[in-house]
This record gives sequence, C-alpha cells and structure tokens, in this order.
Amino acid sequence: MTLSDRDATGLLTRPESFVQLVDETGTRRHDAEFDPWVADVDAAALGRLYRDMVIVRRLDAEGVALQRQGELGLWPPLAGQEAAQIGSVRALRDDDFAFTSYRELAVAWARGVAAEGLVTTWRGTASSGWDPAAHRVAVPQIIIGAQALHATGYAMGLRWDHSDAAAIAYFGDGATSEGDVNEAFVFASSFEAPVVFFCQNNQWAISEPVGLQSKQELARRADGFAMPGIRVDGNDVLAVLAVTRMALERARRGDGPSLIEAVTYRMGPHTTADDPSRYRDDAELAAWRERDPIARLLALLEGLGVDVAGLERETAEAADRAAAELRAACLGLVDPPALSVFDHVYAEPNSHVARQREHYERYLALFGDEASDQNGAGR
Amino acid sequence: MTTLTLGKALNRGLRNALAADDRVVLMGEDIGTLGGVFRITDGLQAEFGRERVVDSPLSEAGLIGTAVGLAYRGFRPVVEIQFDGFIYPGFDQIVAQVAKLHYRSRGAVKVPITIRVPFGGGIGAAEHHSESPEAYFAHTAGLRVVVCSNPADAHVMIQQAIASDDPVLFFEPKRRYHVKGEVDEAASLADAKPMGIATVVAPGDDVTLVTYGALVQTAKDAAVAAAEDGVSLEVIDLRSLAPVDYPTLEASLRRTGRLVIAHEAGQQGGVGAEIAASLTERCFDYLEHAPVRVTGHDIPYPPAKLEQHHLPDLDRILDGVDRVLGRANSLSGVEA
Repeated sequence: MTLSDRDATGLLTRPESFVQLVDETGTRRHDAEFDPWVADVDAAALGRLYRDMVIVRRLDAEGVALQRQGELGLWPPLAGQEAAQIGSVRALRDDDFAFTSYRELAVAWARGVAAEGLVTTWRGTASSGWDPAAHRVAVPQIIIGAQALHATGYAMGLRWDHSDAAAIAYFGDGATSEGDVNEAFVFASSFEAPVVFFCQNNQWAISEPVGLQSKQELARRADGFAMPGIRVDGNDVLAVLAVTRMALERARRGDGPSLIEAVTYRMGPHTTADDPSRYRDDAELAAWRERDPIARLLALLEGLGVDVAGLERETAEAADRAAAELRAACLGLVDPPALSVFDHVYAEPNSHVARQREHYERYLALFGDEASDQNGAGR
Repeated sequence: MTTLTLGKALNRGLRNALAADDRVVLMGEDIGTLGGVFRITDGLQAEFGRERVVDSPLSEAGLIGTAVGLAYRGFRPVVEIQFDGFIYPGFDQIVAQVAKLHYRSRGAVKVPITIRVPFGGGIGAAEHHSESPEAYFAHTAGLRVVVCSNPADAHVMIQQAIASDDPVLFFEPKRRYHVKGEVDEAASLADAKPMGIATVVAPGDDVTLVTYGALVQTAKDAAVAAAEDGVSLEVIDLRSLAPVDYPTLEASLRRTGRLVIAHEAGQQGGVGAEIAASLTERCFDYLEHAPVRVTGHDIPYPPAKLEQHHLPDLDRILDGVDRVLGRANSLSGVEA
C-alpha cells in the first residue's frame, strides 16, 4: 500500500508545508487543495468568524480580570489562539463531540455553554460547568493529553454505532510527549476511528519550548501512525476551518483519524499563576503580535469592501455584553452546600460514602444553625 | 446446577452479559482470537463478533482511556488486564479519569466500566505475574473493588459488576481458575445476593477470620484444621473491598471478640490495615485481643521458588489464630 492509497483526496502528510489561506497582511492566498473546503465562506461568514474571535478574546480578558480581582482562583488565557479554536469548532456538526483541555474557552462558548458554565471550574464551585451530552463537549481535562484517548474511544463507539459523526481531541504541543496521546494515535489508527487530533502548537508548555517536546514538526508524528499530518497556520481562521473540515470529512467517510498541527502562539501566561517574563522575551511576543488572527481577518474583510468600522463597533458592543454577562454570572455563583461534597462520588448508593456523610453532618450540627444553613439538602 | 470451573463460570457470566445488553463490549489484549491467556473469553468473539469482543493494541492506558470514551458514548466496556502486574500503565486513567468522572461531571456522565484483573500468586510465575494491587484501588474514591473466590460467585458477580453504573475493579484469583463448583446458570440476577455483601463461608464461634480471593479456600481449610484442635473459626469471604460490608463483619466480631485478617498483598497500607482499624473503632468494647493481620511481606513479589515464604498459607493463618487466642505462637514472648 502506498501513502496515496490511504486517502481519496490524494492528501499526503505534508508537514514541510504550512497551509495558509490568509496571510499576516490579510491577503488571500490561494491553495488548490484547500480552497474548495471553504468555497462557501463568503464575506458574511467571514464576518461571523471575526465576531466569534472578538467575543472570545473579550471573554478571555474578562476572565483574566476576574482572576486579578480575586473572583476566580485561576484562569488559563486563550489569547492568541482564537483562530485555532474558532476555526476548528466552527467546522464541527452539532452531533460531533469535542474533548478538550482546560484552555478551550472558545470551544465551550461556541458550543452554547452558558456564561455561568464557563467560570464554575475556575471559581471553584464545581468541577465542571455543563452537561457534556447537552453540548457535545466533554468535561475539560487537566491531566495533559488524557482526553485524546477519550476522544478515540468515543470515536470507536461512533464507528461501531455506524454513525457518521466524528470526535475531535484538543491538546497542546506539550501533550504530544505524553503516552496517552501516542497511544490514542495507535488505537485511532488501528481501529480507523473517526477522530481528529487537533494540536494547538502554541510554542510553550508553561516554560518549556516546543523544541523540548519534538525535534521536528509535530505534524510529522502522524506519519508513524499511518494518518495524514497537516500543518496549518493556526492564526488563520479560514485555513483552520478548511483543514478541520477536510479531516472531519475524512473521518465521516470511514478513512480514520488525522492529526492537525495548528501553529499558533499563547500571547498570555500559561495561567494567571504563571510569569512568562522568566522564560521568553518581548521580541518574540512582538513578532507574534504581527501575526494576530483577528487583525488579519479584519484586513481581509476591508479588502472585500466590508464596512469594517461598523463591524468593529457592533462586534465590540456584543463582546462587551458577553463580558458583562460573564462577570454577572461569576459574581452570582453561590458556594455549594457543605454536604454536597459527598454527591456523585458513586452513581449507585454506597454505604461507605453514606456513613462518612452522616458523620460529617453530625459534626456540622455541633455548630448549630450557622452551619446547617450552609448544609442545604445536598443532592 | 452445572459443575463449572471458576474460569468457565466467568466465561458464562460474560456471555450472559454480552447477550443481555448490546452496549456491553469486551476489550483486552489477546482476548479475541486466542480467548485470553487464561481462556476466560474463549469463544466469545466467535459468537459476538469483533466489535463486541475486541482485541486491542498492547496499551493498558489505551484500553482504559478508550473505555472512558466509550462510556461517554453510552457503552458498557469490560476491560481485561492480562496480569495484575501489568495494570500500572493504566493507573492514571483508572485513578484520575475512571474513578472521578462521575463526580467531576456532577453525575452527568456515568462510567459503567468493569476492569477484570487476574491477580495473586501461587502459580510459579515470572515477575509481575503474581501481584495483589487491590489496595491501590480500594483507596481510590469512586471505584468499587470486588473479588470473587468460587465459581458460583464468579458467575453472578461478573454480571453484577457489568450491570453496575459505577466503575468496578474485578479481581479474579488466578490460581483458583481451575477449581470446580456448582453454578446455577438459570438463576435470576435480580434475586442474587448483591456483590457488596460479604459471605460467612464457615460459621464459628471463637475467631473471626476475614479474607478474600484465593485465600478463602485456604481459610476454610484452616477452619477444618482448627476444629480438630477444638477451635471454632468463622470464615468470612469479604467479596467487596470497597465498600466493605461492615455489618456482616461486626456481627461476627461481636460474637467472637477475636479478629484475624489474611491477604496475599503486603501489610503496609493494605486492606487488612483498614479493616483492623475500622473494626477496632466500631467494636472496641467487644474485642478480647488486638486484631492480627496475616499477609504477604512488604517486599516486591519474590521469585517463584521463594513465593511459599511470601504467601500466607494454612499454617501461617493458624499461627495468627493462636496469637488472637493468646496461645503459644511464633511471636510468643516477643513484642509484636
């Protein structure tokens, strides 16, 4: 079997290339292979992608502000990665299922998670903010790369169910060193699972540069697992949309997994607890600022004759409204009742947890009404 | 009633589970074409197909992690870990994902995964093939841990584990796979004793002897030997290590006042330590002697020719019985 036999599109692993449809100046670059995947994306659709990116950038800034003001315990900023996240999530169908890390604010938001759900984890009121089945987005994953296996298992199930939906696994460049990610590649390849591995190579795993994870382009890893590896400009929302659509279609067709390496940059710290000035310099940041995903899309829209001043104004207002909603939802979250700490450890009644709960309830009762006010009924 | 080996009883139980619910899938290394290295899944792939009984790549993290994804999709995966000592590459997925997902999702995601683990020593095996890692999992909130000891229980408990909406670590005493017993294959699961309830396998009055897995038979043999010596042992097969059925243990200990706990796993931080502590808290006024543990040593599992010096056997259990009775024993005159 030759490589080209594997894929009816004729797409080979092309890690040496770099799919880009809109360059840093906002100029449309034509690509015979990927243009057809976004032939339907007109100026209005581009305007919606712009709007998405502006809103999630604004939500992200609000999250950082809420953390700085002491309202959130932690926040993992997505700034700089808007195109990678919006371009990929907007390629999904409603019945596709996303398995994310902790940084995919844009994915959860685009899948309809309410403002409250975006902050519960970081405010510490609950370990998750939404019902995964309702939004087709799994509980965000903090163990690096573990979700790649979950996406693969889900995709194996899709295949056994004869569904043409797909799964997508989001992870970063650091995760590509984890066993779980590589084992996910093996399982997905062997079982031809309809899963897209979407790696946001944002150049840094906290303080470790991507060069510590890999001595070659991450997309080239795909070749060892007999799947296409596609390297895309992760700050080009149109290109990300195109390659993700291609990979999803490949999955739906039964041709198995793909690896996308979206080359992007984490403009902010790893989390609000991080200090990137200890490991990277301003010149690097400035160079990436020139490749900003939102600015280049706005330039493209301007070139297409769109009233960008009007678009900017309307979008900024929408973004401010979304940020205000996020803030209000955050401040409105109430601490859960004390005894709810025992809820959902098990799905079925469990004598051990029931006994500990009962004992703790008795202990709290020693403190009288003040404590019992906080107890609530729990589940 | 049918006479089956413990291994065959598991096979028939798995077959029933596959037939009863088409969301049940079996996954593991060598479980399909070969039928498993212990043949526990023999014939099941031929009957149910390659998408219900799945030969997987050699990756325990992969097996457990994809099972989590399948649970998201509404499947009921049953994963075979080939040998006890091979489970550790999957440890993170078990402890950080399987155990916690129901809690983290506030009950939105059920994780009805069964992880089958042939465990324990006594078969003269190579390294990493004779371990007893159950305490790691009993320590982990969100997991249930059960152990079968005989064909009838194996047949029922494997079906109960698979039907449970909670993740279950299902330990199988591999040196008893070939032991035969009567199994009522037609019995209804609904009427069966829940897997969380312990069984008094030999009634007695003087000492409560608690164990599980392969040592249940050893403990029963010890009870026969003790009886010849005028000592009446009540042998309890724990069956469930998490949660522990304390009411059954307490009822026995309040009568006997003396407790011996035996397991193959090492002593430090083991299941016996937890049970000794909990029963001391609950039954202190009834105790005639401090609880005694008879366990494997706190050493890496030794080479095959030394394993008889590691595994508790009938005589070591009886030595522990002598200790709780205040009779002459190996530690007489020594501060234990």
